[in-house]
Amino acid sequence: MGWYTKPAEKPALKPTESLWAVCRACNTYVPREEWVKSQRVCPRCNFHDRMTCRERVALVCDEGSFSEINAAVTVSDPLQFVDASGAYADKAKATVAKTGEGESVLTGTGTIEGIGVVLGVMDFRFLGGSLASGTGERILLAAEEALKLRKPLIIFSASGGARMHEGIISLMQMAKTCAAINRLQQAGVPFISVLTDPTTGGVSASYAMVGDINIAEPKALIGFAGRRVIEQTIKQKLPDDFQTAEYMLEHGFLDHIVSRSEMKAFLANVLRYATNKLVEQI
Amino acid sequence: MSKRETAKKKAVAKKITPWEIVQIARDAGRPVISDFIAGMCSDFVELHGDRAFGDDQGMIGGFATIGGERVMLMGQRKGKTVDENIAYNFGMANPEGYRKALRLMKLAEKYGLPVVSLVDTPGAYPGLDAEARGQAEAIARNLTEMAGLRTPVIVVVTGEGGSGGALGIAVGDVVMMLQNAIYSVISPEGCASILWRDGTKAPDAAAALKITAESLLKLGVIDEVIAEPAGAAHSDPAKTIEAVKKAVLKWLVELKKIDTDTLVQRRYDKFAAMGR
Repeated sequence: MGWYTKPAEKPALKPTESLWAVCRACNTYVPREEWVKSQRVCPRCNFHDRMTCRERVALVCDEGSFSEINAAVTVSDPLQFVDASGAYADKAKATVAKTGEGESVLTGTGTIEGIGVVLGVMDFRFLGGSLASGTGERILLAAEEALKLRKPLIIFSASGGARMHEGIISLMQMAKTCAAINRLQQAGVPFISVLTDPTTGGVSASYAMVGDINIAEPKALIGFAGRRVIEQTIKQKLPDDFQTAEYMLEHGFLDHIVSRSEMKAFLANVLRYATNKLVEQI
Repeated sequence: MSKRETAKKKAVAKKITPWEIVQIARDAGRPVISDFIAGMCSDFVELHGDRAFGDDQGMIGGFATIGGERVMLMGQRKGKTVDENIAYNFGMANPEGYRKALRLMKLAEKYGLPVVSLVDTPGAYPGLDAEARGQAEAIARNLTEMAGLRTPVIVVVTGEGGSGGALGIAVGDVVMMLQNAIYSVISPEGCASILWRDGTKAPDAAAALKITAESLLKLGVIDEVIAEPAGAAHSDPAKTIEAVKKAVLKWLVELKKIDTDTLVQRRYDKFAAMGR
């Protein structure tokens, strides 16, 4: 083999996980300590990497104010689905054990700078944050709780879309969650949607896009169809910024892009406007 | 061949696989929305445009009279020829199609007309422009608004019920399917290439996803299966259309008896119960 055909050696980029974090957007190595301190935001490119739902709660809620609801609602297997890699029921069980969460969304009540809210926070670690029956049920119950308490609902989305393993039942969760959002709309209860990386497919095409206020984190992937599917369909290359938060802002589907470090203060400020009427009524 | 063997063969022949049903649902000879309009409606006044961007050819709708009942009819539009299909984007609507549908639904609500929605689409169009104009938002908005629509909504999945693109006009008080129609969160091919890492496993995915009318009725996702003639819809479109008309009329009469508050509450309860 000539030297020129020799495949270039892949740089040995396997950092010690405990010491370094790698930005998924720009491959920059960031000391783990700094990475944690910056709330998983890349100091070089400002990419906001995924957080667990509990980390997110700690970030936006007043300390000690969060109280989980709907914990009893967990994964079910309506189709008894089995694919090439095995039974969905087993996969779901393993995911519950690994993440310590019962479904892809964590719901609860809490306060943000003293303002009472009902929260739904999705977790991408849980089967890609996919929307399935348990997710839809938790979101519906959270919305009903918001309606009952007359407190704003805030949902942080992080999802690849509907969970295939629950088939049509997952698809129906789009209609189910939107029905709950419709109720809030009619009752004048605020609903704020925060789209984080990624928010695509059936989640972007349901509750995530119909907030009174739609907010996203910088550079989050937001869109309906997958990039590869679109490229195959239209047979052309897509712009680099396609389906980013910035693209969605430019096209009129977001009110604001908010950095993680400013999220809590921004939400609190918006909530003071959004609850104007609710406060008067009390 | 003994009598018993013949009977057995017949039974096997009757039990077609989900993957075979997928092929029937996509059959080019299957009646499309223009056939249903021609066969079901004594009058049809097409209404165009979303009032914001354009008039999507992949979605058609307007005032219609079915068996003397005035309704707002809409649905994705597949063509019968290649040229038509190109013009109509193979029944894959763009955001302006969903927005047109919503505009017509709101109009139906205002005029007290029931909505009849005929679903037949591979899915919402996955294109650059569709994304730029908010395909996700358009569908999400429809789901949200349809849930609270203060007029009866009757849905019939006549061919392909392709995921969010189908659901975007399918939040109904009654959802029916033709016997050989399919309704799924993802195409069997798409599911196979992701979960089986092999697109040729689509028949396995079709079975696992439970996308046939029979399965969906059992799951409680749909309310009624409309029988197709022996040999399926494409073998006798007229008879198929007549069966759909009869079923739609039956439900029109039923739903008109229910007061609007109850109707909307029932629709909410119905979708809230999905997956419970």
